[in-house]
Amino acid sequence: MNRQLYEKLIFDYSRPGRRGFFFNEGNAQMPSLPDGLLRQTPPQLPEVDEPTVVRHYNNQSTNNFGVDTGFYPLGSCTMKYNPKVNDLLASDPGFAAIHPKQPTATMQGALKLYYELQQSLSEIGGMSEFTLNPYAGAHGELTGLMVIHAFHDHNKDFARTKVLVPNSAHGTNPASAAVCGYEVVEVNSLPDGTVDVDDLRSKLDNTVAAMMMTNPNTVGMFEKHIPEIAEAVHAAGALLYYDGANLNPMLGIARPGDMGFDVMHINLHKTFSTPHGGGGPGAGPVGVRKGLEQFLPAPRVVKLADSSFDIDQHNDTALGRISSNLGNYAVLIRAWAYILTMGCDGLAHVGPLATLNANYVMHRLKDLYLLPIPGPCKHEFVFDGLIDKSTGVTTLNIAKRLLDMGFHAPTIYFPLLFHESLMIEPTETESLDTLDTFCDAMRQIAVEAIDSPEVVKEAPHLTPAVRPDDTEAALHPIVTYSELCNQ
Amino acid sequence: MSNTYFLKSHEYARVEGNFAFIGISKFAAEQLGNVVYVDMPEVDDEVEAGEEFGAIESVKAASDLFSPVSGTVVEVNEDLADNPRLINKDPETNWIIKVEMSDPAQLDELLSPEQYAEVCAAEKH
Amino acid sequence: MSHRYFPHTAEDVQHMLDLCGAKSILDLYADVPEQLRLNRDYNLPKAQDEQQVRRQFAALSNSNLACFAGAGAYAHFCPAVIDSIVSRSEYLTSYTPYQSEISQGTLQYIFEYQSMLAQLTAMDICNASMYDGATATAEAMIMAVNATRKRRRALISATLNPDVIEVMRTYARYHRIDIDIIPEANGITDLCALDNLLQKGDVAAVVLPQPNYYGIIEDLSGVADKVHAAKALLVINAPASPLAVIRPAGEWGADIAVGDAQSLGMPLSVGGPYLGYMCCTKALMRKIPGRIVGATTDKKGQRTFVLTLQAREQHIRREKATSNICSNQGVMTLRAAIYLSLLGYEGLRQVNAISADKAHRLADALCATGKAHLAFPDKPFLNEFALDLDGISAHQLIDALIDKNILAGVAIDHNRILVAATECCSEEDINTYVSTLSNL
Repeated sequence: MNRQLYEKLIFDYSRPGRRGFFFNEGNAQMPSLPDGLLRQTPPQLPEVDEPTVVRHYNNQSTNNFGVDTGFYPLGSCTMKYNPKVNDLLASDPGFAAIHPKQPTATMQGALKLYYELQQSLSEIGGMSEFTLNPYAGAHGELTGLMVIHAFHDHNKDFARTKVLVPNSAHGTNPASAAVCGYEVVEVNSLPDGTVDVDDLRSKLDNTVAAMMMTNPNTVGMFEKHIPEIAEAVHAAGALLYYDGANLNPMLGIARPGDMGFDVMHINLHKTFSTPHGGGGPGAGPVGVRKGLEQFLPAPRVVKLADSSFDIDQHNDTALGRISSNLGNYAVLIRAWAYILTMGCDGLAHVGPLATLNANYVMHRLKDLYLLPIPGPCKHEFVFDGLIDKSTGVTTLNIAKRLLDMGFHAPTIYFPLLFHESLMIEPTETESLDTLDTFCDAMRQIAVEAIDSPEVVKEAPHLTPAVRPDDTEAALHPIVTYSELCNQ
Repeated sequence: MSNTYFLKSHEYARVEGNFAFIGISKFAAEQLGNVVYVDMPEVDDEVEAGEEFGAIESVKAASDLFSPVSGTVVEVNEDLADNPRLINKDPETNWIIKVEMSDPAQLDELLSPEQYAEVCAAEKH
Repeated sequence: MSHRYFPHTAEDVQHMLDLCGAKSILDLYADVPEQLRLNRDYNLPKAQDEQQVRRQFAALSNSNLACFAGAGAYAHFCPAVIDSIVSRSEYLTSYTPYQSEISQGTLQYIFEYQSMLAQLTAMDICNASMYDGATATAEAMIMAVNATRKRRRALISATLNPDVIEVMRTYARYHRIDIDIIPEANGITDLCALDNLLQKGDVAAVVLPQPNYYGIIEDLSGVADKVHAAKALLVINAPASPLAVIRPAGEWGADIAVGDAQSLGMPLSVGGPYLGYMCCTKALMRKIPGRIVGATTDKKGQRTFVLTLQAREQHIRREKATSNICSNQGVMTLRAAIYLSLLGYEGLRQVNAISADKAHRLADALCATGKAHLAFPDKPFLNEFALDLDGISAHQLIDALIDKNILAGVAIDHNRILVAATECCSEEDINTYVSTLSNL
């Protein structure tokens, strides 16, 4: 990573007459249109030559930290290695040039890929069928909840207005439930971070549509009472939803369908190694158990009797459409390439190795960092800050000091169960050397917290930007270049 | 007897005649950190006791605001639009809305300053 | 367990197990009840090497048609610079820029993207989070409902892309929003019908397309005033590229501008990933969903960028958030920013002029064959038009042109086809298109 900020925005390089791209047909005339339909004021876009554009965005990238830059122990985000061959395949013009509405006879290969990925995810999730259309994890959650809503509506079971969510859940769970029109009711956690089954039982009745869970949960503990939870939820007539955010440690070990989950989504950008892209695009396929297939959204890829593939465009499924087409196809390509490369033999070790790595880091640090929930974790675990709180060094300070040492920060202040949450997920693609270097850095920070606490509290020192003023940004938002110029 | 009443959710109502000045407590302002925005209702909006009337945001937190009393909003504190940090400086002087109460008997249901102090003490632990 | 993505040797694993006090990795799963365990391999093929995987894919990816299809997704040219920059793994393999100190690359290009889209739509504010044009429009509807308090009705023009309407219906059903369709009259929104629907009094949003599904540029003069008089918000849905030449949402007085930005440097890719854009007025800044990047300064006084106005979002507000959206469409906003940097206003104007010129010449030539006529002959269009075929079906035309490696368009009725041209359509393709129809 670079250690300095480049000062200029692309607009700062703009000079009238500079061009980054030419069309030889540049003399084409606009058809005559009524003046009232034409743009009145030209947009202020930059005028820049091609080498300047390339150098600008190239240099800016060096102010960024990616999985290819260094270790990214970001809890609940599964920042594993993103294989390069997958990117190559995703940009193949044989896929990239396919228009979503072209006749299905001309895109059989593309549909076959979609269908086979759908089948593979069903096998991995222990589900009956998947839709690959949802564009992201949160979109998958919303789609899954809509499937549940459609199911209850189909049964004329209109009294179910609530969705239960553990208080350790990620913020998207309640937000997705709210977008789907549900009232959110929180279920308490036990001291070990797992769902309080008694509290759950007291909240289950015929007004509950679904219970949303991750397993393992956000503190990295396996919800071992899941058979009991599934039974209770089903006895109340509700459905059990699996948030696939934490699926990675379960690969090769157990399947959500076998645990009793009815509907699930998978974050392909986590478990199936597609790049996070600075926040997107991802993909959030949704799977359902037998009996719920009819509620999946349109369009759907189907295999016909003659083994050819078709797109079922009909919108009269109980759910309807949640995307214009077949989702983030280029992301699906990468996930399918990952599955083929790993194979059943490779996938079987993904979960176990991710879990081994997390337990190793936990054991190497738990004498200095407060481990509120002891015992073997799965793919991730949570520290509640340093054991020695007398130094005043906070989780935020530790996170920022890690940036100085060449690591991305862990997830901080989540889950909300602890005041100083520091959540670490190493993933299976990190080597022992990397894990050791990281543990050494964490141990050094614990020593610094005592010997020279100011160094930690004032961190970071070596990053391109140092402690930006978030308050000023929120008080007086400047969100475009023209506002910046008028400042 | 004090003329200030509290909700557990940290809003106060300072009563002057038939009017209540509603804001957030000093304790809540400290918990929230630097206030960056206050989402306020409009004059003539109706508010209900125990119901949401707006929200208050800091950089990394946000809380809904609940009204201690029912009534009609007769004034909103416009100063907060330009300078929301006034709440951090002095949340008691810098009320958020002024409400003409429709049912002053509701005040009996609210916490006294002493009772409210106990709520804060409990939350600190 | 040796695999090229797994770094551990057997010795490494043993060392780690020893430290953890475990005999085997499965000891770490002692809490998973036996009856839940898979205890077998997935029913999937065994691992393949890179050559095998690439061979499999080569057998699947074989489409190569000259594209005259649009209907929301357009085959505009993508300069090589875009793929080259976007493949930089500092961009591609990074997470959402929460740690602003080491994410200035992402944060700055999003800021640049926001600035460019705000210019293009002539609006004040732009977010960076929408998946595609359809979901962006559905989110705009929900945003309008939240912003107008207690109003739960949306009026949607029948001339909007039907996929977008379907997605909006799905969101509306579960979010308990009532949708009324504003009927079309001769290919455009029936504005008299809009007046009547506005009388219902509880309208939160009026959603109109520009150009509409048939490629027609609608005259929306006076509409914003009527909508605002009814205390509703005006949402205009438009593909991004044409906004360089046609009147954008801001110049029509809209409150929210949404649409698909796929036309700004994104390949068709079987439908995704694309990029939904959403822009709004300053008044609605705190109601807009999704990620927004703002400028500030850091401790050294340097200009830096941060995610801002986060109190609207799901990770803080949970069920009270403006949306459940968690993504920003990072890499796609980067594509759009690079595309607009390269082309600038003049380049984008050219793209639209060339595309529109080709579309108009194609339309004229197809009509001159005597086998087709424009569905709405008196209506202004840019690069897309609805064509009614005489005596043949849309599918017959499409099939005949597939044989010539040309995608004729999108059939939208038995004998009606939606045809779009872009700068990528060659003169030869246009001639083949016309002669094929002529010979049918």
